[in-house]
Amino acid sequence: MITVNGDPLEHEEGLTVQGILEAKNYKFPLLIAFVNGKLVKREDYRTTVVPDGAVVQITHLMGGG
Amino acid sequence: MAYDYTKRTDLKGDVDKQKQAHKVLKEITFKPALPQRGYNDRTLYVNLTDLTIEERPVTQQMKDKFIGGRGFGLWFLWNATQASTRWNDPENELIIAPGPLAGNTQYPGSGKSLVVTLSPMTDIPIDCNVGGYFGPLMKFCGFDALEIQGKAARDVILVIDGPKGRIAIEEAPLENVDSHVAAEVFTHQYADDEKDLPNVSVVSAGRAADHTRIGCLNFSWYDLRRKATRLKQAGRGGTGTVFRDKKLKALVVHGFPVKGDQNNPADLERIARIGVKMHKELHDFDDSQCHMRRQGTAHLVEIMDAYDLLPVHNFQYGNHPDTPRINSQVWDKRFTQGIPDGCWYGCSMACSKGADEHQVMTGPYRGHSNTVDGPEYETAAGVGANCGIFDPDWLLECNFYCDVYGIDTISFGTLCAFCMECWQRGILNAERTGGLEIKFGSGPAQLELMHQMAEGRGFGLIAGQGVARMKKIFAEKGWGEAQLLNDIGMEVKGLEFSQYMSKESLAQQGGYSLTNKGPQHDEAWLIFMDMVNKQIPTFEDKAEALFYFPIFRTWFGLNGLCKLPWNDIEPADNARTPEPAKVPEHVQNYCELFAGITGREIDRHELLRMSRGVYNFQRVFNLRQGKGQRAHDRPPYRAVGPVTVEEYTSRAERYDKQLKEILGVDPAGKSVEEKMALTREHREAQYEKLMDAVYKRRGWTPNGVPTLETLKEVGMDFPELVAVVEQHL
Ligand code: SF4
Repeated sequence: MITVNGDPLEHEEGLTVQGILEAKNYKFPLLIAFVNGKLVKREDYRTTVVPDGAVVQITHLMGGG
Repeated sequence: MAYDYTKRTDLKGDVDKQKQAHKVLKEITFKPALPQRGYNDRTLYVNLTDLTIEERPVTQQMKDKFIGGRGFGLWFLWNATQASTRWNDPENELIIAPGPLAGNTQYPGSGKSLVVTLSPMTDIPIDCNVGGYFGPLMKFCGFDALEIQGKAARDVILVIDGPKGRIAIEEAPLENVDSHVAAEVFTHQYADDEKDLPNVSVVSAGRAADHTRIGCLNFSWYDLRRKATRLKQAGRGGTGTVFRDKKLKALVVHGFPVKGDQNNPADLERIARIGVKMHKELHDFDDSQCHMRRQGTAHLVEIMDAYDLLPVHNFQYGNHPDTPRINSQVWDKRFTQGIPDGCWYGCSMACSKGADEHQVMTGPYRGHSNTVDGPEYETAAGVGANCGIFDPDWLLECNFYCDVYGIDTISFGTLCAFCMECWQRGILNAERTGGLEIKFGSGPAQLELMHQMAEGRGFGLIAGQGVARMKKIFAEKGWGEAQLLNDIGMEVKGLEFSQYMSKESLAQQGGYSLTNKGPQHDEAWLIFMDMVNKQIPTFEDKAEALFYFPIFRTWFGLNGLCKLPWNDIEPADNARTPEPAKVPEHVQNYCELFAGITGREIDRHELLRMSRGVYNFQRVFNLRQGKGQRAHDRPPYRAVGPVTVEEYTSRAERYDKQLKEILGVDPAGKSVEEKMALTREHREAQYEKLMDAVYKRRGWTPNGVPTLETLKEVGMDFPELVAVVEQHL
């Protein structure tokens, strides 16, 4: 299990940051991802594997509005 | 010359003949001038009743306290009106003011005009931030603002002609009032030749502004590539209704060719430097971020749907399986690509997209081929999803006629959705609407409603009064229960909600309802911060956001800037900054832009101080007009939680979970009605606590009145403001 923005999410082997965005249906383009407090660059979303138990914060900037 | 308007309107007409029919009622000469460091120190006052046209000075106090744009507009309006003044009294003013930074061509998003007037929807000041060339061209003729008071006896136009040094009020009996025609005709009448067309801008409202309270203003600019005028809207609050009530057919400015240094900035090199940095950022990142240059704000349609935030069926639901039919991919194809669609020179965000060759299906322009300016997100969401209409052709049709007739697409979308829900619930029926079957999903019915508004007939006359008045009328006629009508009628202070679902974001409920002018998202859009990121969990956190963002965003309106380049593009290292949601690098750009033009150095604290004064001034203005207190800041329950069993059931898992986890109530064995009642009690109590926290942070009393200390702190302790506040302490 990991937490994403405070909510629990089932962990799977090989789960990446991109996989989290898809699982959560996070489609907004202006995102900032932190895994255990460490910033993950946008170009690394597909290759960054998230360990079980991780605390993940996906911050959506405002845009729009 | 006989001009063929096929590009824009498919109308043929003789502009010269129409112009010859003008009768000059009053004419003065003036000396055109350019601003120094962003200010002309001169404004233009026009009274349509007694035909006064006069120049007025800008004082240092005005610049210090009100900055420009919306600040100037509010100050003029305050002085021109009284507590008893209503929108259609002759003393009500319509003010158009760019700000000190407006008109620069270096920094993206710098051509905005602010429109301020007493609103027919709300009876308090409304302010709209609008693109198009009018404000900057007027500024470069020599005026920081245009104040229009009084009412003409017959249809008139006001002409400000810089190259000829002439200002005139002219009767104009023959021209079509509808905006796409009016913009073309007046542009061609006042341009010297083909090359001069971009130096003319026209403000107009269409025929629906004569019969509704939701009339908007169209500000034109000449699109060189399409060889046609384009339109941007000062949409909210009935500005067009006030305009037509004054018997204005058009405002025409004929300015000088635009150059990059016309503000006579203190440091041209400095503003050029930050401008280049922004252009590069847009060039490098827009394609991987928001696609503003290809899709404009319409890129948000499927994003809002994905987060359950796209209003569907009068804000009952937040998504719909048919959304892909009106999503950004559709608009990407409909919009003509490869044309930089900036609504002012130098805006490389260029989001003012146009859908060319729309074949008009209904109404007086049926069969014509037209460019539609948009749709923007708000229009696609409002007249589309919120009304259950997922057909791009009907959506373009509605967008086209809203602009042509001078109707605010946001209010129209929300009031049409309200009517459709009233039909769904039997509050309206064919007998009550005069045969109009105003059902969710019906594009033809929506357009028929619009044509009725334009022609001032049938049910359109009632609907055109807006949601607040419809609720009252329907309840008085005994068509529906007042409680249900109040719950589902999406308005606060008399203004319709814009197009985001706020049910799951307490902060956004405040973002909409704790606003000065009414529920428009341009003060604060906090849904992601609150609902998705969970960055502002406590009341104090939410109050801080509802303190900072409305104040910060006010600054755009004081200066004549567009908000979009602030946070619809993000610098490469924004993520590494301590407060990325504020986009600190861009805030710093704005401080530099202000200093580079005006010569006055400011930092981000000073920037907030400037806005905070005007923001509080506007609150006191509302108070003087009889609003601006706690009772006026409460949202309808539809904006807060599920009103109906269907709404609760559609997201039962979410609501049941909240009952269990937040309220500690086991939902098992409870009826939906019982669960709804518990949810409502909780959510309404939360909102009351939010108000307490926000008022405290803003330095207001528990009744939402700025304290005397706050007025002093923000430099707004003028005796006349203090006198208003003292009545409420
Ligand atoms: S970002 Fe869009 S709306 Fe804003 S100034 Fe540029 S083109 Fe106009």
